[in-house]
Amino acid sequence: MFCEKAIELIRELHRMGDGQLPAFNEDSIRQVLEEMKALYEQNQSDVNEAKTEGKSELIPTIKFRHCCLLRNQRCIAAYLYDRLLRIRALRWEYGSVLPTTIRFHMCAEEMEWFNQYKKSLATYMRSIGGEEGLDITQDMKPPKSLYIEVRCLKDHGEFEIDDGTVILLKKNSQHFLPRWKCEQLIRQGVLEHVIS
Amino acid sequence: MADGLSEGSDLSAGEEGQEDVLTPAELITKLEEAWLNEKFSPELLENKSELVECVMEQLTHMEENLQRVRKGDVKASVHRMEIDRIRFVLSSYLRFRLQKIEKFFPHVLEKEKSRADGDPSFLSPEEFAFAKEYLANTEVYLRAVALKHMPPNLQNIDMLKAVPEPCLDSFVFLRVKERQENILVEPETDEQREYVVDLDEGSQHLMRYRTIAPLVSSGAVQLI
Repeated sequence: MFCEKAIELIRELHRMGDGQLPAFNEDSIRQVLEEMKALYEQNQSDVNEAKTEGKSELIPTIKFRHCCLLRNQRCIAAYLYDRLLRIRALRWEYGSVLPTTIRFHMCAEEMEWFNQYKKSLATYMRSIGGEEGLDITQDMKPPKSLYIEVRCLKDHGEFEIDDGTVILLKKNSQHFLPRWKCEQLIRQGVLEHVIS
Repeated sequence: MADGLSEGSDLSAGEEGQEDVLTPAELITKLEEAWLNEKFSPELLENKSELVECVMEQLTHMEENLQRVRKGDVKASVHRMEIDRIRFVLSSYLRFRLQKIEKFFPHVLEKEKSRADGDPSFLSPEEFAFAKEYLANTEVYLRAVALKHMPPNLQNIDMLKAVPEPCLDSFVFLRVKERQENILVEPETDEQREYVVDLDEGSQHLMRYRTIAPLVSSGAVQLI
């Protein structure tokens, strides 16, 4: 059956659930594109035949193939676009540098899109309200208290807070830090918010 | 919330003086209203760049004042908290806008294109630049990965059709700030007829966004 590969692509994304990025399925995409090429060529020759020899019984087949072509196009676009949305969400979650495991699942063009997106976003954020701009990827949750208790999950090295104090973020150490400095690190999985 | 702002000196909205002078408390109230409206309306609302600029100025001002406070002063942490809260509202407001721009980018740009010269723009210049880049970037990407390998008659995708439009028929909660008379409510089903309602000041309603969209932009109702 036509379009089966294309549907399979959509299912694959659907199965992964929100926020996860499966490996870029180049192989299936190539197969769908090949199927489209074949359908198009068959249609071309049938159209010629229908025109020159007046075979009007070919027209329903041509229409059917064209629908399959449109469906394939739509499925591929949906697959690619949905992946972009997932990649976009990753920018907000991890900051501008993605973990290698995720980068491994992206194709070169997606990487390019991501870099461009990053640039647009940075330009936008710099331009907010004049001088230095505003990082809107921070302050994701309404603040409840100024300082929070955090535990280090990984060795992260030295970390400077606003008043100039430098602390050492060592694995399994616990600290009482200003919330606005930790948000990013918590999202990156370096720190964990300890809720007692 | 406004108490924490008392330290900020008087601040006027809009440097060109085309607007009334706002106290910091009024400024923050305005920001909160804009934030809630943007959060609950299905479509992108008019931009409020001036408001954003004023709040940013106010934040910088408060940060500066905070530098002068002695270390360990209780006042400092109260103000710090206040700054954090305002910054959260501001960031959240801009995030909602950006999300809508990304979600509806072809429609947002189309609306901007068809806007008459005198009308206020929905996008701030920065947002407009962002939306254009986003569209171009996405188109280039789709072309490079798939579309250019497709048969010649299928190499274009009409973004306006492919990307969903904002659903203006979704229902929103609202509170009335200025009394409105004779609001025409369109029927929801075929059996119903259209009817008119009066909205009393202070009353709360659940209505279709499309019906009250003009009232949201004029500030007569507040989405909640």
